[in-house]
Parts: sequence; structure tokens; C-alpha cells
Amino acid sequence: MLKGHQSWVFENRPMITATGVTGGPFEANGRLANDFDLLYEDLWMGKESYEKAHRLLLEDAIKVTLQKGNIQKEQVQFLFAGDLINQITPTSFAARTMQIPYFGLFGACSTSMEGLALSSFVVNYQGAKYVLTGASSHNAAVEKQFRYPTEYGGQKPPTAQWTITGAGIALVEPNDPEKENPVTTSATIGKVIDMGLTDPFNMGGAMAPAAADTIIAHFRDMQLEPSYYDLIVTGDLGRVGHDTAFELLNKSGLNLERKQFQDCGLLMYKEDQPVQAGGSGAGCSATVLYGHLLNEMKKGTYKRMLVVATGALLSPLSFQQNESIPCIAHAVAIEMNGEKG
Amino acid sequence: MASKQKNMTPQQQNYQTLQQKHELKRPVLKNCIKAFFVGGLICMIGQAVSYFYIYFFNFTEQSVGNPTVATMVFFSMILTGFGVYDRLGQFAGAGSAVPVTGFGNAVISAAIEHRTEGFVLGVGGNMFKLAGSVILFGVFSAFVVALIKTLLVMWGVL
Repeated sequence: MLKGHQSWVFENRPMITATGVTGGPFEANGRLANDFDLLYEDLWMGKESYEKAHRLLLEDAIKVTLQKGNIQKEQVQFLFAGDLINQITPTSFAARTMQIPYFGLFGACSTSMEGLALSSFVVNYQGAKYVLTGASSHNAAVEKQFRYPTEYGGQKPPTAQWTITGAGIALVEPNDPEKENPVTTSATIGKVIDMGLTDPFNMGGAMAPAAADTIIAHFRDMQLEPSYYDLIVTGDLGRVGHDTAFELLNKSGLNLERKQFQDCGLLMYKEDQPVQAGGSGAGCSATVLYGHLLNEMKKGTYKRMLVVATGALLSPLSFQQNESIPCIAHAVAIEMNGEKG
Repeated sequence: MASKQKNMTPQQQNYQTLQQKHELKRPVLKNCIKAFFVGGLICMIGQAVSYFYIYFFNFTEQSVGNPTVATMVFFSMILTGFGVYDRLGQFAGAGSAVPVTGFGNAVISAAIEHRTEGFVLGVGGNMFKLAGSVILFGVFSAFVVALIKTLLVMWGVL
């Protein structure tokens, strides 16, 4: 049901019953390694190209999800997913393997929440019994397209971020009050915000206003106070963007506490890993949410959280032509079943 | 930057001022020092290679440049292939980018990267995508400098 200007309330509380999270070697050395279902030893993953490895990440995440959800792929009605590669081929090719009816999404790194919002909407209105949704990225495949060759010795500035290698997939189904699972309760769809930043090595700074805009819209539409959520987590703002967004939000009059406001890109890696300002990529919010954060939620660490995935909608061509970087953010609220709002 | 600023709305300008406060700055002085020492070290190795060719083979100080450059690019190729040069680059910045080894790295890393698209369209078409502009503008600058010198010599200035 539409609430306010740009938010949906899911009265039937669609349920996330299973998730599958895969990652690469760099993530295996990270802080959240235990929250991955499957980790690969090297970036090639036994494939001939990074793009094929990218597809494998997603295929395996889907397989793990189906296994944990104890269903066959034929039972799944729709797959809502996307990635960062041109024409989202890794996701479309994985959808070819899986033979699940498929909506290909592109929202850059906001794809994970775009997919979860749409899946929840479809399931909420009995449009499907089982929906898979998620996003993925592969460090070398994405760097190849957007930046320099993997082995090129260019020096990255401290504002740059590290594209994560990983895929996160969730299985969304109608609510079953018997089961203890996380449920989605509302979503806010963001608009494209452009503050005129042009540096592709400072995505966090470019995306921060989009995150702030969507979060402000969410609390306005839902008529809630920030204290309603134990955790408000952004997708991949990194150190620069996260600090900036925090200041923007507090200036706007929403009083967030520092420990309540976190970022998936900052949760992923250890301090000593050379990721500059933090992790990024379409797989960043997907792997951290569907792995670490939902695990923490099941343990009871968080009861209600708002996940805000941010995406920079640029292309390698657009920034070479001196266009600024337009950005977007989508938010989905997740609660534990039984926690009545 | 000034003309860009003019085209921006006041809201965009305000945001950029706010954002700049949080932006992590490049440690310029530290980078310069690191670049100075790593770059110097690479050149020192190059000098040692030069002496090696002069003492053990029949090269003179004028002709030793070619085998030295080839050897240094070969070292750079090995280090790039083993995935070491990009780490050195992140540490040293200009120190490892400016010497000829950096040029070698730019060519070789692109060749490795696009191997999956085949030899013709992949390796052949992309090998010089980073180094191509160095070659183009390097040759062009050399031409302009030579032209100026020729004119100055003709007019009797030099």
C-alpha cells in the first residue's frame, strides 16, 4: 500500500526465509568471513574469464539459497536481480542457467534494495509464492570495465573504494506466523540526486546526498522517528560518504546516534586490508545484509533495521565526457517476525 | 573548476563545501617522499644494469640505453605478471609510474586483462589503451621540441 509520497507498506509482511551468500578470496580474509556460505580461493574460480567467474558467484548463491530454503528452482516464480557489468550479462546468463522467470534490474549498487522492494511488493499482493532477489559484483570484472586493468600500478586516492567480490541472494515468500524469520515491512524508493560531483574515485561523496534524501523521505512518509530502528545501515558509502551522510541527516533535524548508523562497505573488511575508504559494489549491501546482518537479527542483536542501498549511476563513458555522477538510494525496512510495529 | 562552479546551483555548491570537509585528503608530502625513494631506487637498478652491459658487453654510454630499457621493461613485465607491480604502484605512486617500468606495466597489464577477448580484438586492440596516449603525445611533443630547435638553429639563436 502506498504511504506518503514514495513509500510502500507491506501489510502482509513478506518473509525472507533463506539466503545464499558467496564471496571471493579478499572477503575470506575480511571481518565477515564467517557469514558467507561459500568462499572462493581465487578470483578466477576455475573459469576462463572474470565475467564467467562473476556469473558463477551468482549461480552458486542461488543454488545455496534454494538448498537452504528446501525448494526446487522450478517452484520459484520470479528472479529480481542485477549487477554492474554492461547489459547486466552475468545476471542474465545466470538466469539462463537457472531457467527462472527473470526481471533484470540496474540500479548500480542500489540494485539489492531495488530488488528486495519489488520482490516484497509482488509477494505482499500474492503475485508470487517464491521470489529470489539479489545482486552481485566481481572486483576484477568491475574494475576492468570502470577503471584500469587489475595489474595496472596506478595509485588510488584515499577516497577510492574497493569493489567487493560476492553475491547475495534472498528467498522471499508470504508470511507464515509460525516461523521465526526476518520480514520486510516497508520500502522507500529514492529519486536520482546529483550534487555535481565528478570524481569517480570518490563515489561515497557523490552518493551521500542520495542516501540522506531517501532516509529523510522514509521517515517523513512513514511518520516515524529514527529511534524506531536499532540500525540504519547504508550500502556502500565508505568512510567519506558515511560521515557526510551522517552530517546531512543530523542537519536536517533527524537525530541519529552514531552507533545506530552504519555502512555495509565499512563492516566488510578489516582495518589492515588495503581498501582505502571501504568496500563498494552491487554485491556489497547484498552480501552484508543477507549474510551478516540477517544472522545478527536472528541472534537478536537487531530487532528492526532500515537498509539503504546507494548506487552511482555513472558509466565509464559519462565521466570521461565530464558528466557529473547521478546517484540513487532505495530503503527497505526489515523486522523480526512477531515484532509488531 | 571556476567555470564548473558557476554552472552549479547554490544547493550543489553548499553540498560540495560540506562534502570537502569529510573528504580524505591525499597525503601529498608522504607520497612525494615515497615516490622519490622508490623512483630513485628503480633508476639506480637501471644504472646498475647499464654498467653491467658496458662492462660485460661491447656497449658504450651512448648505445647502452636500448638494452637497459628492454631489461627494465622485462623486469616490469615479470613483476606485473606475478601481481606485484600494482602493489608497488599503490605504495610508490609516481615513483613507479614515471620510470620506463611504469610504461611497461601499463602495456602489459592491459594485455593480460584483455587476453580473454582473444589475441586480435583483446590483446591487440587493448594493449595500448593506457600507453597509447603516452606514445602519441610523447612523439608529438618530441616533434614540436625538435621543430623549435631547428628554427632556433636556422635563425642563428643557438
